[in-house]
Amino acid sequence: MTDWLFYIFAILAVLAALSVAISRNPVNAAMGMIVSFIGMAALFVLLETYFLAVLQVLVYAGAIVVLFLFIIMMMDVTSAAAPKPAALIASAAALGVMVAGSWFVSFSELAGPFPERSVDAPAAVAKIFGVELFTRHILAFQVIGFLLLIAMIGVIVVSRKMPQPTEGGAK
Amino acid sequence: MPSEVLPLIIKALIVIGAVMTMAGYAVLMERKIAGWIQGRPGPNRTQIPILGSIPVIGTFLTRLGVFQPAADGLKFLFKEDALPGHVNKFYYVLAPMIAFVPAMATMTVLPFGQYTGADGVTVPIVLANLDIGILFILAVSSLGVYGIILGGWAANSKYPFLGGIRASAQMISYELAMALSILPVFMWFGGTLNLHAVVQGQYQVWTIFAQPVSALIFLVALFAETNRLPFDMPESETDLVAGYNTEYGAFKFGLFFVAEYTHIIIGSGVFVALFLGGWTLPFVPIPDGIAGAIISIGIFLAKVFALVFFFMWIRWTLPRFRYDQVMNLGWKKLLPLAIANLVVYAIIIALIENLG
Repeated sequence: MTDWLFYIFAILAVLAALSVAISRNPVNAAMGMIVSFIGMAALFVLLETYFLAVLQVLVYAGAIVVLFLFIIMMMDVTSAAAPKPAALIASAAALGVMVAGSWFVSFSELAGPFPERSVDAPAAVAKIFGVELFTRHILAFQVIGFLLLIAMIGVIVVSRKMPQPTEGGAK
Repeated sequence: MPSEVLPLIIKALIVIGAVMTMAGYAVLMERKIAGWIQGRPGPNRTQIPILGSIPVIGTFLTRLGVFQPAADGLKFLFKEDALPGHVNKFYYVLAPMIAFVPAMATMTVLPFGQYTGADGVTVPIVLANLDIGILFILAVSSLGVYGIILGGWAANSKYPFLGGIRASAQMISYELAMALSILPVFMWFGGTLNLHAVVQGQYQVWTIFAQPVSALIFLVALFAETNRLPFDMPESETDLVAGYNTEYGAFKFGLFFVAEYTHIIIGSGVFVALFLGGWTLPFVPIPDGIAGAIISIGIFLAKVFALVFFFMWIRWTLPRFRYDQVMNLGWKKLLPLAIANLVVYAIIIALIENLG
């Protein structure tokens, strides 16, 4: 049962992610992104990390993609033009190489067996999740925090209004 | 397997039926209250042939408008379901469903009563007693906004489109304040995110008295998230015709409508569970067994409908905010207030735990 659910939701997440990459209409891409996030949340549920699953829906599907849609509608992004044949072939080739490479890394004789699950997932209960996040993973947490801060400052600097050169005459 | 699943399905169908009926009658309640506030009778003509002809009771029920929701429902069902030629057909059809399904799904984790068995163990009456119930409600209810955004976008017409844009901006703005405002509540009850545990902790003091600021922020954010006046930016009839649902008719419009009232009922239920003591009354113990279960559900529903009445009272009393005022209130007032509230209560709770 769990295996079948895994296949269903994994295929759903991958197909939706593919539609994000290849759909030319930005709204379609955003919708594909939501479906992909919800598929991922379902995979988290199958791993019994309910807290992470709910956060995935709450933060990514519930807030981030709403923001994307807001921007798409605000800027009135139109559908992209059809890609050139050369770009299509190059993308397909890159995708093929990536799939073959990850298949080789995961399943070839060189890769060895998959490691056993060493600890129980810490993300099942909110409290354990918080304790783990702020003790064992505190360094990674702080690094990510600073990265986000840098990105935020960058956005403010980039989007700051430059003083417009004024032309003569009464305003 | 089927013997375990079947009772769950029956329970779920009962709850869905009850909430749908409540949503239908909430519409009637709104029209009656609107009429009452504006000094007119409201719906008082609709009659069902046999039931309405009973001498005194039939007339009374007709005057009360009890048969109106059935007539409204039939009208939604039998109207011509027109599909305008200029819309994006896929999203146009999908949007009402996306609005409706999350509204209905949030009720699965909302406890609405308690049952104390012969062994003295108290269990909540709820479809799924999740440990992270409140997060589930926040997550799933936040998906409902896609119905409004997509409906506005797919209609391919400027007023619905403006409504959709407003909906997306408003949702993001108030979701933050909403989530931050209820954090102190869960800190107060020892860090649990389970709604049943929060209700159990309110036998003596309701949270609204312990944390009035949290309750105020949550209530304001709830009005914004359910698109009720004075925050009904996506719909605002006076400047956007009917906002996101301008191009919708018949049953698709009905789905949007029911979704909105379901959101109000579930949102009121969450507010009652978090701040108004849920199904408990102060200092009055709830009896064991089936009688206690029925009493607790009755208390809960009474509180929920008192709050739904408050929603409607506000709608027909206050004028609508302007869009920039809504954004200002959300980002510059509610959000800093929610953060300050969180910090203050974190300090107070730490002091109580260390000194007490």
